[in-house]
Amino acid sequence: MAYIAATILFILALGGLSKQESARRGNVLGMIGMGIALLVTIVGLVTRNFELLIGTMVVGGLIGFTLAKKVEMTQMPELVAILHSLVGLAAMFVGYANFLSHATEYIGIEKTIHDIETYIGILIGALTFSGSVVAYLKLSGKWGGKPLLLPARHWLNLGLLILAVYFGFAFVNEAALGGGIQPLMLMTFVALLFGIHMVAAIGGADMPVVVSMLNSYSGWAAAALGFMLSNDLLIVIGALVGSSGAILSYIMCRAMNRNFISVIAGGFGTGTSSGGSGITIEGEAIATSAEELAAQLVSAKEVMIIPGYGMAVAQAQHMVSDIAKLLRKKKVNVRFGIHPVAGRMPGHMNVLLAEAKVPYDIVFEMDEINQDFPNIDVSIVIGANDIVNPAAQEVPDSPIAGMPVLEPWNGKTTVVLKRGMATGYAGVENPLFYKENTRMLFGDARESLEAVFRAIGS
Amino acid sequence: MRIGIPKENFKGERRVATTPDAAKELQKLGYEVSIESGAGDAAKFRDSAYQDAGVEVTTSKQKLFEDSDIILKVREPDGDELQMLREGQVFISFLTPAQNAELLATFAEKNVTALSVESIPRISRAQKMDALSSMANIAGYRAIVEAAQHFGRFFTGQITAAGKIPPAKVLVIGAGVAGLAAIGAAKSMGAIVRAFDTRPEVKEQVESMDADFLMLDFEEEGSGSGGYAKVMSEEFIKAEMALFAEQAEEVDIIITTALIPGKPAPELITEDMVKSMREGSVIVDLAAAMGGNCKLSEPDKVVVKHGVSIIGYTDLPSRLPTQSSQLYATNLRHLLNDMTPEKDGVIQIDFEDEAIRGATVTKDREVTFPPPAPKLSAAPVKKDEPKEDIKTNPAEEEKGSPWLSYVLGGAAFLGLGLVAPASFVAHFTVFVLACFVGYMVIWNVSPALHTPLMSVTNAISSIIIIGALLQISAPDPWVMGLSGLAVLITSINIFGGFAVTQRMLDMFKK
Repeated sequence: MAYIAATILFILALGGLSKQESARRGNVLGMIGMGIALLVTIVGLVTRNFELLIGTMVVGGLIGFTLAKKVEMTQMPELVAILHSLVGLAAMFVGYANFLSHATEYIGIEKTIHDIETYIGILIGALTFSGSVVAYLKLSGKWGGKPLLLPARHWLNLGLLILAVYFGFAFVNEAALGGGIQPLMLMTFVALLFGIHMVAAIGGADMPVVVSMLNSYSGWAAAALGFMLSNDLLIVIGALVGSSGAILSYIMCRAMNRNFISVIAGGFGTGTSSGGSGITIEGEAIATSAEELAAQLVSAKEVMIIPGYGMAVAQAQHMVSDIAKLLRKKKVNVRFGIHPVAGRMPGHMNVLLAEAKVPYDIVFEMDEINQDFPNIDVSIVIGANDIVNPAAQEVPDSPIAGMPVLEPWNGKTTVVLKRGMATGYAGVENPLFYKENTRMLFGDARESLEAVFRAIGS
Repeated sequence: MRIGIPKENFKGERRVATTPDAAKELQKLGYEVSIESGAGDAAKFRDSAYQDAGVEVTTSKQKLFEDSDIILKVREPDGDELQMLREGQVFISFLTPAQNAELLATFAEKNVTALSVESIPRISRAQKMDALSSMANIAGYRAIVEAAQHFGRFFTGQITAAGKIPPAKVLVIGAGVAGLAAIGAAKSMGAIVRAFDTRPEVKEQVESMDADFLMLDFEEEGSGSGGYAKVMSEEFIKAEMALFAEQAEEVDIIITTALIPGKPAPELITEDMVKSMREGSVIVDLAAAMGGNCKLSEPDKVVVKHGVSIIGYTDLPSRLPTQSSQLYATNLRHLLNDMTPEKDGVIQIDFEDEAIRGATVTKDREVTFPPPAPKLSAAPVKKDEPKEDIKTNPAEEEKGSPWLSYVLGGAAFLGLGLVAPASFVAHFTVFVLACFVGYMVIWNVSPALHTPLMSVTNAISSIIIIGALLQISAPDPWVMGLSGLAVLITSINIFGGFAVTQRMLDMFKK
């Protein structure tokens, strides 16, 4: 019964997160649900080793709290990725422990099913673990953002998959005879390799999809363990998390116009992220100055700010917020336009803006504000590139063709803050920079914005 | 080749066809430039300024015409100048070719290539040489200045210690270049401005200047070719006149700029309307030269009738001579720039160039006016083809027939149900149902909350800890150890995940 209560609480928690108003309540419900589930399990099912249990929980809890308190909001993607890896690792451990314990003995088909469940649980766990570690390394910049493209990597993936299936059969056969640890270890190794290879092949701009995909995998791992342990709570929660992650990845894919299936299978972004494109752009980029931008902003009625990953890199969100506040005081209608895949994690920009105390009711999604651009006097693009690239609509053979983009060029003026004329992650030239009503403000985003802030203030 | 600029000798004309700055640019195109002494005096450009710019100043008009290959002027040539023109010369000025067939014939007879600047088609490429627009811009601005001079009150509204001053109400009829310039000038002086035009596409332009666009409840498109207005039907005019009559009682100042190319100006303000206006009101008729939009206006004069000052100046641009000379000189320079592709000081009349073809009214002893109609209109061409809907979801397209997958899925379930034990089927049912619940719940999550959602689902997925808890009591040290480790890391996750989510959510504030 307690498990049912916990399940309901978890569902309510996820439901609560659908709106800002109810989000905090949702989180609290989630905590209560977790508390009930833990308490019931500990009181009801744990019979000994309480010292170990309490000790590890306290230590783990302390580490978790410190991490949560210390982390910078710009590092959220890394934190989420590393937390995913922990779920994967835990799933592996639980799977192995279960395999070794032989607490409940099955026979016949039940035995086979149970073995397969164990096997799959460990497989997904290992995959999630190694994949998340690579994602973490990539997000924290310790591993280059460039996709690692091994020759014949699709064959490699296929080979690894076949190997995993082969070991699966070997494992079931040997487990029936009481053995099976060897194929299980080998499979774990294969799955770890698979996870590494899968994420390593993905470029930096696709990271939002990867992070939510790993989120999904960690859920499936929990569900597989639920089957293994015949525990409905684990199954339900695993399925919830798994499907939520899958939907998030699907939303991200749609925002980038990529194929969902190829993402789930891993190793996506085939070829598209490499190489430039054949479009030639006429005209020249016109530079502007911070003072000029400030003057434009003050005389504008409608201002749209479009942040991208560059804002996170330059830690410019507080400066952006200050400018927005100052302009709002001067009766300028400042709004924020967020592309679904801006940043390195779903909702990354929203979190950064929230951290900088930008009120969330002036932060809008792409679909909400794209039709408003004709009324916008000044759009400021901060460290974004591909998400404001008109080539996605205008150039049919562009690598990003068909990807929905924000359309600041429909407004009166667009000012792009950028360090140089380099291309974005997709490696595509951006015709926006060469439009007649576009001005470039070169330099570090935070320094430029500070100059703008001073100029507005003076 | 040498460009000659004679002094304008039309009475009251203060403009000059080139300025010292423009002359410098002309020399960069390879031309030599000569000017008649005193040509720029009225526009405040001294001979010495021209000399400093490398222009030769001559006192003899005769000599200037003899030496020059190209003559630039503002007004059409008078009798003496026509005499002085010689074969092979190029003559560029305002020529009003539609009303000046005789003049064109004389040009052709003398084998002078004449270009009429008002015939340059209104295509976007030729905007830089569109002298008509530059002059109209100035005329519109000046019309407001003239109106202000004859109007006895402020334009702007004020509340002062000495009482409240209502803002002046200005009606601008015809929102072309001149009309828009008048709107801008009146608006910046603080007046309430309304505008009317038969072409619906200018509504946006009027509103972009913060003026009100008066709508006529009538379906008729007034856009002719080349961005000009056309003659409207009788019913339309009736409705229009009713609107003007109504407005005349209310407004203080009326600026009329309604012109139809090659036709006398339409009469829009009747004597009755003038009578209905308040004492001291002002009408500026920018169409006075073409017969006037106001019945009572007289060209080049200010008349006061029924207490209303009616201004009929036809030389408004010339009343801002420095400004208009600068713009006109720049327009001509752009035209010559396009006609000198090699920048070698040799003019080329290229009939392939739509702008130059339009401007040229005589060439090789033949009158080449009117030119073929320009192809582009300033009005937005109605686009028939629907825009490709790029937001179509590609994943949806690739799904193929959903029924097939349903059937396959159903078959798989059946197969599974046949071999699997009951407990597994029960678990599996729970699993599938939970997937759907997850789908339903997550689909509504606002994108702004995706990050908190991920961190909370991450914390929740640490429910795996239960798996570890179930086994931590096992006697086997291996199992115990592994479970202990699992408890450790999942606790990191549970506490860290929930705490960081809470921290993030606390930041989302209105």
